[in-house]
Order: sequence, then structure tokens, then C-alpha cells
Amino acid sequence: MSKIKTLPDFTKSPTIDQTSIIEKASRFQKRSIKKETKIFGLKLALNMIDLTTLEGKDTPSKVKQMCYKAQHMHDSYPDLPTAAAVCVYPSMVSIAKKEVKGSGVKVASVSTAFPAGQAPLSVKIDDTKFAVDSGADEIDMVISRGKFLNGDYNYVYDEIATIKEACGKARLKVILETGELGTFDKVRRASDIAIHAGADFIKTSTGKISPAATMPVTLVMLEAIKDHFYKTGKMVGMKPAGGISNAKLALHYLVMVNEVLGADWMNNTWFRFGASSLANDLLMQLEKQRTGIYQSSDYFSID
Amino acid sequence: MGKKDLNTGLKLGVDSKWQYSPAPESTSHINLKKKYDLFIDGKWVAPSSGKYFDTINPATEEKIADIAEANEKDVDKAVKAARKAFGPWSKLPAKERAKFIYRIARLIQERAREFSVIESLDGGKAIRESRDVDVPLAAAHFFYNAGWADKLDYAFPGKKPEAIGVAGQIIPWNFPLLMAAWKLAPALACGNTVVLKPAETTPLTALKLAELVQEAGLPDGVVNIVTGAGSTGSSIVNHNDIDKIAFTGSTGVGKIIQKSIVGTNKRATLELGGKAANIIFEDAPIDQAVEGIINGIYFNQGHVCCAGSRLFIEEPVYDQVIRKLKDRINTLIVGDPLDKNTDIGAINSKAQLKTIKDYIKIGKKEGAEFFEGSCSLPSKGFFCKPTLFTGVAQSNKIVQEEIFGPVLAVQTFRSVDEVIKKANNTPYGLSAGVWTDKGSKIFNLTSQMRAGVVWANTYNKFDPASPFGGYKESGFGREGGLHGLSAYLNLN
Amino acid sequence: MSTKTKNVSTKDLATESLSNNNGNGMQKNERLEVLKTYKVYIGGKFPRTESGRYYKPTNSKGEILGNICLSSRKDVRNSVVAARKAFTGWSGATAFNKSQILYRIAEMLETRKAQFIEEIVFQGSTEAEAKEEVAAAVETFVYYAGWADKFQQVFSSVNPVSGSYFNFSAYEPMGVVGIIAPENNSLLGLAQSIAPAIVGGNTVVVLASESKPLCSITLSEVFHTSDVPGGVINVLTGKLDELVSFFGSHMDVNAVSFHRESDKHLHTIQELAVDNIKRVKNYTPSTYKTEAETQNPYKIIDLQEVKTTWHPIEVIGASGSGY
Repeated sequence: MSKIKTLPDFTKSPTIDQTSIIEKASRFQKRSIKKETKIFGLKLALNMIDLTTLEGKDTPSKVKQMCYKAQHMHDSYPDLPTAAAVCVYPSMVSIAKKEVKGSGVKVASVSTAFPAGQAPLSVKIDDTKFAVDSGADEIDMVISRGKFLNGDYNYVYDEIATIKEACGKARLKVILETGELGTFDKVRRASDIAIHAGADFIKTSTGKISPAATMPVTLVMLEAIKDHFYKTGKMVGMKPAGGISNAKLALHYLVMVNEVLGADWMNNTWFRFGASSLANDLLMQLEKQRTGIYQSSDYFSID
Repeated sequence: MGKKDLNTGLKLGVDSKWQYSPAPESTSHINLKKKYDLFIDGKWVAPSSGKYFDTINPATEEKIADIAEANEKDVDKAVKAARKAFGPWSKLPAKERAKFIYRIARLIQERAREFSVIESLDGGKAIRESRDVDVPLAAAHFFYNAGWADKLDYAFPGKKPEAIGVAGQIIPWNFPLLMAAWKLAPALACGNTVVLKPAETTPLTALKLAELVQEAGLPDGVVNIVTGAGSTGSSIVNHNDIDKIAFTGSTGVGKIIQKSIVGTNKRATLELGGKAANIIFEDAPIDQAVEGIINGIYFNQGHVCCAGSRLFIEEPVYDQVIRKLKDRINTLIVGDPLDKNTDIGAINSKAQLKTIKDYIKIGKKEGAEFFEGSCSLPSKGFFCKPTLFTGVAQSNKIVQEEIFGPVLAVQTFRSVDEVIKKANNTPYGLSAGVWTDKGSKIFNLTSQMRAGVVWANTYNKFDPASPFGGYKESGFGREGGLHGLSAYLNLN
Repeated sequence: MSTKTKNVSTKDLATESLSNNNGNGMQKNERLEVLKTYKVYIGGKFPRTESGRYYKPTNSKGEILGNICLSSRKDVRNSVVAARKAFTGWSGATAFNKSQILYRIAEMLETRKAQFIEEIVFQGSTEAEAKEEVAAAVETFVYYAGWADKFQQVFSSVNPVSGSYFNFSAYEPMGVVGIIAPENNSLLGLAQSIAPAIVGGNTVVVLASESKPLCSITLSEVFHTSDVPGGVINVLTGKLDELVSFFGSHMDVNAVSFHRESDKHLHTIQELAVDNIKRVKNYTPSTYKTEAETQNPYKIIDLQEVKTTWHPIEVIGASGSGY
């Protein structure tokens, strides 16, 4: 960030018409996903999951169990992919790192005083560096929503850019916490700020605030990614998080990514689901497709 | 964001390997006869000529059923039945009349799936649209108008509304069931009786509707449905015991009808062609505008009289909008109308496909730049990719004439004044679209458009409560809403 | 009357018509009356007919009413051009402004009622009838002036559509309206056909009564002094038989409001109207005796188009739904 460049005027970010974008998002849900398309989609979605535990009561044992699940989704089903990553608090990174070693599963850590982000910048930097030093491959930061809603866009921008620097080689996911932003226009504006400040991913939610991810909100963010790609050629990833708990909805998200951003984003380098209970529903649907029999959750492990 | 982002030469990988597997709607539950007679005086009667014509599935070119061809004699029989039924029907207590119409609405809802499938089979429209738009809206029209039957005194202050008599109604092939509902529901609610002719390429849902009319127990002769082509229509128009003509179709035929009724006491409403302007300003919600353009021109294969077929883009966002449009067009799926993933179904008839292709040829010949979607087309049936022409002017034929297909003509503009003038620079005046984030500009534009329906930051929305109809050569009279009632009433 | 008068026709007129001392020779000290030339009213000006032709309608006593312009197709054309030019401004004027101007017409008409009574009597009515007609004409403009800012309120609608849209239907003027004014009621017929058309924002080209044309030009003078913008009302005199086809066929006339008994002429207009799908409104010539005839807001609506406008409504609200 040493080069001096003029920032875009983020107040001029494209406007979003709420009614139309909700209708447009619902259009993706009208796609009927069957047979091969469905199996492909279910496996892909499974492989895009950031299995997540972000609780005050997290313990090493809990994290270890989740890490095992991330690598062994449902062993009775042959050749299943792993999760994309496990997502934990910084204090759990080193444990998780050890557990997933060699599996290809990444370790993501939330940082910057997650989830509220109400801490001094120095604390946020330390938080981030600690996670990276502990072995995190990815950092999920939260933006300062207070500053954003206060109109202090430069602060938000600078903070993201600073954390990006602190990340070093770790990829940075920027959580907008869309449920606190209030309008689609602001979601778009926050997306533009995050993308310009160097986010590798933009992410909807912490999972601690309702509403979390919705298809319309995700669509707004996908369009921001698309516009940035056309402007710069740079790809930015997308991670809806929270509220995506069933396979059908996950497939509709994939339809949306596929039709808005295209094939290049249809992998876990560029698209993630922040979810935990989603995995088992995907697995149940896969089993249903394989066996033709409707499944019970008793047959799928919860970790 | 403007010009800067444009010439990067970047392209999204839209050719995804993730193609949707076929998801056809089942046809096992539909109930179609091999042969359909005329529905006159509550009974199915053979045409007096003994002639039948084929109705085909435009997606497969296969025949679906034999349809009776009504001649002058048959029409006369239908008009007589309607005349006989008029007295009792118009004198029925209004709330009883309402309940008959409510019944029809409910029956359509109960059999919605069947009607959607038949609509797509016979007319070629995507099942997503017949299922989500045509059939639910048809039911809604009956619902809405049913409630008016016993409240007409409140609709026209100072007047005593009375039924007109026998209405002759001629409807087009683009929304067969929905247009039947648009016409029948207000006519019946106001106490008129009806002779209705569906289009010759799409008679099935109107005939299925006749079954519902029977099932609902409407008195014989209140609704008569006669099938046939233009000559059947002209027998209706020229029958001297018809009190009112309601026509939806081309401006050409509308003019013939307007002329034929000169010197008679017949009243008329004409809902005719259009060449609507869809105007995108720099400050529009661009992504939603792009979706609105898509919905404006490719909805129902572009077989929509109010289609936004002339796109005006403010110059600073021209490249951006065109790029987004092309990206979006490339995601549209053209194919089997019964497949739930189909965005654009079959062109309604061979003749219409030829008309569209001729216009595309003309557009190319006039030097416009041509673009079409990257999807593949089925090998059989009448299909056309979504297309757009850039680099056109008001003087281009494809900008002036109604094509009634998935062909968008794109122009640029620089100022509000310019675009208002160009938008109104057409003999038509059915609809218009305006996209901008600025409220005062919206009201300026919407009031300046010489058109009967103006969509601001949306397009191609319809509702039974919302009056529809045009200015200038797009016809006269309104259908839908309170204002649609006056077409079926004498106000004394 | 001076025999040296150069203008023979004027002399004829003076001796045969308007002068109070018809038939009497002029007394020595009497002043020579200045006679009125009846012209047409186009674009806020009073030209003679482009054709240079005139006709001489007579009253029931055989007296010549005047040298009345026999308007031609070019006068119709010029009037339509003037009306079209005036349309944007007039249709865009505030309802309050239109209301004030119509009321002003009533005021100016009232102040000149003596002249109208004189003309109407000369055209063959009794004094009492003439008085009644002028009064009714004044009332007509007052009545419709009041509708200017009310008819939208009464007849428009907000339509409760399914979905998150604000949808409303409001009236807009049809545009340029040709008015074939009633033949029998010289003044009231004009008032009754013109007032509902212009109060709704249309601009008009009026063909006045052929047999009783005098009031039309005098009324135009009233319009002219009532702040009616030039071109909003254009008034021609002449023969329907000659002009009917131009009213019917002109592609820039949006509607024709027809107030005569002649089926033949009506049908000509209706047939020609097809070319641009002109709206043709046929009114049975009225005696204007009942309120239903004279006070009828539906006559305003007859010359209006319904425009329906849709706009999405953002529904991010307290419940957070839809977001």
C-alpha cells in the first residue's frame, strides 16, 4: 500500500433496487437441479464449506472433533471431498493446524476482535498476527461497522488495508456483517471498500447477527466482485456465512455464483460457505441420490 | 464508475461445465381430448362446416388436437345463445354473479398445474412463466373482477352502471389463458354475456376454460367459445347483434376492426401493438436495470405487446450496460418449454419465426451490429436465440416496427430532452420503462412518456388491479382495475 | 350611409345587418358605424382564412349574418400545428392555473354578455333565450373551471397490486382534439364542447356552427383576453362538408369530439380516424336543458388517457423483512 492512488468515491457506489434484486435472487431458486447436476453440486458445496466453531465454550477437544469431521465427512460414501477449511478463534489455530495437517483442509481464523470488532487497531493487528503466526492460512476479519455507518469510509478502508498487510501470506476474508448495515446500497458500498482495500474474499456475516447471509445480499456482493473483475482483472472470492443450513439452498447459491460470475468461481479457492450444519444435509442428499432412500440424521455424525 | 472499466478485454468464464440436467415438467396429469368442438350455449357442438384444424406444439411441431373451425353460422348461433342468456344473467343478483366468477377463479387455482402445462405445450412459452405468471394471474383476474360485480355503483360516481349486452372478444396467442381471463372476468362481472375467440395457434387453454365454466355451473350461453382464424373473428366483429368488441392483437387487425364497426352502435376496446422505450440513465441501479431489460424484451420470447424493444442507454454507462447485457444473455437457456430451467421457450408459430428472422435480416442489412446468445437451440421446433442490435437509430426499421420476438434494438442518448423526444417518436404508445435512482427525474420521465403503462425501475409487471392499455396506435380503452370496468358498462 | 364606401360588401352588410337603423339612410350628423370583420382564431392570432374565401350565412329573416371565413384544409393544418405546439405548455400547466384561466374566461364572457346576446338574437333566438344561453355559457366555464384541480382526485386511483410496488393510474390529456361544435347552440355549444376538453389539458381545433358562427369569433376574443395561451384553442368557421375529412384524417389529431346530427359526417371521420387510431367521441346534439347534460365531469374523462405507473417500494422496515 505504499503507492499513492486515488480512492474511488465510495458514496458513488452503484445503487441497488431492493425489490428487483430480491426478485432476481429468487429467480435463481427457480432453477431445477436434478441428477448429475445435483450430485456434482452437492459434492462441490461440501468441498466449499468452512466448518466453523466460534464459541466462548470452544475447547481443544471440540476443535479436534471438528477437524476430524472436516477430513472425514462420511466415510461410508466413497471419494467424498473434504471441507475447504476449519474456522476457529485465534487461540485454537495451532491445535487445528496440527489436526488437519497434510489433508489440504485450510485453517481459517477469525480476528480483529471478532465478532464486534470494537477494539483498538493495535489490538486487531496483534490478534491477526497471532493467528497468522499460529499457522492460520486464512484470516476472517470484521469491518468496523460503527465507523462505516458513521460515514468514516477512509477509516474502514485503512483498517482493512492494515490488516491485509498484517496477514502476510494468509488470505484475507473481510466480513461486512451485512445484517448490521441496513440497506443493500450500503452492502454494495462496504463491498467496494473491502475489495479496493485488498480483500481476497468478502464475507457476509459473523453468524452472530440476524439476518446473516441471504441470497439477495450475496448477489449484491457478487455483482461488486464482478464489476471489480471487469475493472481490474482481479478475482475476489465470496463467502456467504450463517443461515445456509440445507442442501437445496446451497445448490441455489451455486446456481447464482455460476450464472453471475461463471465457472472460474466454482471452486473453493473463490467460493466458500460459512456453515456447519449444512455439511450433514449435503451428505444426506448425496446418500439419497446414491441409494434412492430418504435419510435420517441419526446416521450422520455431528462434530 | 464510468468508462474506465471497459476496455480491459476481460471475459467471465460463462461457459460453465455445470450444465443443468433436463428437468421436464410432467405431462402425465393433463387431460386433453383429441378433438375439440365449439362451446356454445353450454354445450360442445360440432362446427356446422364440419371442418377442423390442427393445433400443434411449436416446440416439437407435433399435432396436439383437432380444433373446430367456426364459420358465420356457428358465430351466429353463439351470439344468439349469448343474447338469450344476457337478460337473466344481467338481472341475476350481483352477488350471485360474483360467486360464479369466484368459482372460476378457484377452479383455475385447483387445476393450475394442468393449465400451465397445456399453455406451454400449445403456445411454446416456458413453463416457468406459464406456472408463475400466466395461470396465477388468470385466476387473480377472475378473483379481482368477481368482487366488483356487486360494487359497481361505487366505481363511477354519479352514474348508474348497466351491462352493455353481448360482448365479442378476440384474443391473441401470446398469453392465451391470461387474455381470456382479462376479457371474460370484467365482462361477466359487469353482467354481460360473451362470445370469445382464442387465437388459432393457441386455442387449448380457452377450451379448457370452457370446461371450468361448465364445472362452475354458469348458466348456458353466458360464455361461448368459438375457435377459428381471422374469418371467425370477422364474423364476430360484423355480427349485428354484438354490442361490444374487445380485441387484443396487432395494430393492423385493430384498424380493420375499428373500420368495420363504423356506422354501428358497437363499442370497442382495442389493445394493440407497441414499440416501447426502455430508458437507462447513468444513475440507475445498473444491475437491476439490466435484469429489467432482459425481462422487458425476452419475457415470453418477446411476444409481448408492451415489450421494451427499444433500449435507450445514457452514453456514460453504455459500454458497461452492453457488457452486462451480453453476459446475462449468455446465461439464458433457450429450449424445451416444459423444462423448468428454460428461460426462453419456443416461438409461437412457424410464421412468427419467419417474421422475426426477416427482421433480423433487415437489421443486419441496415448495418446494425448484431449479437445473439451463446446457447444452443433444439434441432426441432420453432426457436430463436435472444438477440440484440447495437448501433441503430430511430430511422432503422427494426427500431420503428413491432417485431414481437426476442430482438432488442439499442440506442444511446445524451440528455433527458433527447431521450423523451426519441422515446415518444413512434406511432405507438402502449408502455415505457425508466431506470434512474433520482425521484424527481422518474416523475418527469414517467409523466412525459406518451404511453398507457409506465414502469419505473421495473418492467413487465402486471396485476388485475392495474389498468392496462395504450395511447395513440396502441389502441384505446383500458383493461384491468377500476378503469377496465367502464368498457363493459353503460354509464347512465 | 355614404355611397362613397369603397367596400361594397361592407356596405351591404351595414345596410342589411348589424346597424341599428337598418334600411334607414344615414342622418347627417350620425357617425358611421365601424363594422366587425369576422376572422378565424389560430395560434393566438386572428388571421383571415388562408383561402381568402368567405360565406354569408343568413338568419331566419334572410338577413346576412356577416362575411364569415370559409376555412380551408390549410387553416385546419395551421390550427393543428398551433395546437400541437401549445400542447406541452398547456398540458403541463398546473391545474390551479388552468382553473384560473377557465374562470377568467367566465369573467370576460360575463362582461361582454351584451354583445353575445345581440349576436345570438341576430342569429335568430329570442332575447330571453339569448340571455339564458349566455348565462349558461358563463356557468359552464365556471363549472368546468372548478373541475381542473378535482377530476384527477375523483377519478384517479391507487391500485393495490400484489408485490412491493406503488401503482397508480392518473389521467392525461389525449393531445390535440378536433371539436366539431354543435350546429344549433352557437355560444353554449362552444362552451360545452370546449371547456371539458381544455380543462383536462387538451388543445383544441374547433369548427364552429356553420349557420350560427358569430359567437365563435367573439368568444375567441374572450379567450384571447383571458390568458388562454395562444394555440390552446383554435377556432375555425366554415363548412363541415368541406373540412370533415381533414379533421378525420389528420395524423396529428389525437381525438375528435363530434357534436352534430350528421351521421354521414360522423362516419367519414370514424373511417378516416382509423389511420392513426384517433379516438372519436360522438355526442348527441344536446338542448343543454338538464344538469346531467351541462354539468358532466365524464365529458372531461372522455378526452383523457389513463396512464398507469409502477415503482418498486423498498420494504426494509422495522421487521427487517426482505433484507
